[in-house]
Amino acid sequence: MVTKAKDREELSFTVIDAIAHKHNVQPGAVIPALQEIQDAYGYIPLVAIERIAENIGVPASEIYGIVTFYSQFRLEPVGENLIRVCHGTACHLNGAERIAQAIAQATGAEEGETSRDGKFTVERVACLGCCSLAPCTMINNEVHGRLTPESINKIVSQVQEVQELTPTK
Amino acid sequence: MSWERDKRNGSWVVKVGLASCGIAAGGQRVYDALKAGIIARGLKNNVEVRRTGCMGMCYSEVLVEVFPPLGRRVFYRNVTPEQIQRIIEEHIIGGSPVTEWIIPADEIDDLLSKQRRIVLRNCGLIDPESIDDYLAADGYKALDKALHSMSPQVVIDEVTSSGLRGRGGAGFPTGIKWGFARKSPGSQKYVICNADEGDPGAFMDRSVLESDPHSIIEGMLIAGYAIGASEGYIYVRAEYPLAIHRLEIALDQARERGLIGETILDSDFDFNICIRQGAGAFVCGEETALMASIEGKRGMPNFRPPFPAQSGLWGKPTNINNVETLANISWIILNGANAYNALGTEKSKGTKVFALAGKIARGGLIEVPMGISLKEIVFDIGGGTSEGLDFKAVQMGGPSGGVIPASMADTPVDYDSITKTGAIMGSGGLIVMDESACMVDVAKFFLNFIQDESCGKCTFCRIGTLRMREILDRISRGEGKEEDMEHLEELAQGVKKASLCGLGQTAPNPVLTTLRYFRDEYEAHIQEKICPAKKCEALITYEIIPEKCPGCGLCAKYCPVEAISGEKKKSHLIDPDKCIRCGLCMSMCRLGAISVH
Repeated sequence: MVTKAKDREELSFTVIDAIAHKHNVQPGAVIPALQEIQDAYGYIPLVAIERIAENIGVPASEIYGIVTFYSQFRLEPVGENLIRVCHGTACHLNGAERIAQAIAQATGAEEGETSRDGKFTVERVACLGCCSLAPCTMINNEVHGRLTPESINKIVSQVQEVQELTPTK
Repeated sequence: MSWERDKRNGSWVVKVGLASCGIAAGGQRVYDALKAGIIARGLKNNVEVRRTGCMGMCYSEVLVEVFPPLGRRVFYRNVTPEQIQRIIEEHIIGGSPVTEWIIPADEIDDLLSKQRRIVLRNCGLIDPESIDDYLAADGYKALDKALHSMSPQVVIDEVTSSGLRGRGGAGFPTGIKWGFARKSPGSQKYVICNADEGDPGAFMDRSVLESDPHSIIEGMLIAGYAIGASEGYIYVRAEYPLAIHRLEIALDQARERGLIGETILDSDFDFNICIRQGAGAFVCGEETALMASIEGKRGMPNFRPPFPAQSGLWGKPTNINNVETLANISWIILNGANAYNALGTEKSKGTKVFALAGKIARGGLIEVPMGISLKEIVFDIGGGTSEGLDFKAVQMGGPSGGVIPASMADTPVDYDSITKTGAIMGSGGLIVMDESACMVDVAKFFLNFIQDESCGKCTFCRIGTLRMREILDRISRGEGKEEDMEHLEELAQGVKKASLCGLGQTAPNPVLTTLRYFRDEYEAHIQEKICPAKKCEALITYEIIPEKCPGCGLCAKYCPVEAISGEKKKSHLIDPDKCIRCGLCMSMCRLGAISVH
């Protein structure tokens, strides 16, 4: 498997190993372990896949197969803010495409992309389950409902402002 | 109405609905403002501010319920933090409600008079993060009754004679399913709660988990006792962080009180429950795929038989029930099978929860007795369509279901009648569509979803649905051919027959039902190259009506491709060659100066 040299330098194995060991190296715990790794890093670094495979004693390809099967897992780092645009049935009927368009314009990132300045990653999701507030999106784990292209602009610039005021981690 | 049964100690009770919908609408800020306002005015001892789950009236979020020590309770709707001061001063201190912000009593009556809340019995009433609230609402009494006065077989018989059928969509009788798992030999058995609610347009399970998590835990414990299991898993979508958070709280509380663990309630019954988060694969709602996912594999379905009751998780007998099914259990045990099967129709007993959404005036979470008509749901409870356009159809059962036209709105809601229409009861997503919905577009929408979510194991599901989507794409671009409808039907039959699991077997339903009931719309796309609902981008043009356009430039500012030009204060023009038909300009224009045809 190709592992980026950058990954090897930047990631400490201790976190990954701690997560793998916490889950007691059981095959059934692969998904929870991967979820914790994504929580810690924002994505699944390729090196983590190799390390988990080693820990559990299965080929890395098997773990890679799991990572790519589930849409929750990302192999690329995310921007500072994660926007999940809901494309559920109710949102679709209420103009989700227009909302997606407006988000792309406000952030500079189309669905599936991260903006150049690294501030926003935009994802398309099947349904957030907030259908009666359609159309909606989730920005950093907070759901915003009853959106209009206009309100998107406001919300996105608010997110930007808040972050300029608070020092980043 | 169960709504009236709170206990108060001579004080005011003010509740804020804080399930995901309420929070998305700003509920937490309202709650904080309310708490701060009450403390600031020194009313802490006279007014109790409570958090609760989903009140069901999602169209009015943020909802605040104010219940005076004497007199009627009222609901404030669309509450903002700024309104709190007036509510406290005029209503709580002054004694006269702020009438213009209140939901009228007759609207509440319309909403509730045809509902029967069993699954939702505690939703919007109790604090979902308080086990004491659940206990006060007869919580864990059914477990106590089952453990101390009923044998496992008696529990199964009771559930069987209640007539409860699986609420995940397939409708298999729950008691019989439990009986299979009980009869399977083996000392280690599992109970799984399927909370991988993946249908777009469905939020019943999320709401129940967020509003009354203990009812699910109690249902699982009773199921575990009945089949002889000692371990349970709740498989819940990672997209539902609040549901997971509240489940974790509830599990900790139940463990602390000895309701989960060893020798539960001084019986010899041991049971443990843990949560597994789904990692975003729709197919994992299928039970064999779900178990593969818990085992840490790619969530791909397996052939049945063996059924999970014989060989399930880790090869052991396993019983899988959906959230809503489990939420019914303790009510049935406590009130008896006969109280439950008195509701509903001959073959569909009890109630069904629906997530009412789409172009509906009063969208939200409702629970109705089986046998009620779709018309009653849409018009009497839901208040009709939301934007003044005619009611066109309802979509039931998500990507596995179908579209039922307005002309069949008298169809009663029971498993058999809904199946006859070509749709399915499904898990409870009920999307209302008005005249603005294009049925070709709807079919395409669901096939796109299936294409994303097919696990790829079966060729027909993987490639057959792709070919179907290509045909629909073509039709929506105005390039459809005469034989396309026939090809769609032929492919649909193939996909149905040659797919292993429910996802593939039901995937063509949205296409088949739209073809069956809205054939004329397909024909209009193919023969006349028009989209009657003005939805399909390639078949429509946007134009500015010169008389209405004051030249404010707002549309031009937002157009993503700079297709709109014009001088300030003069009417603008859209360049049809540049225009990508996103419709952003039309939704931005406040004067209705942009038309589509």
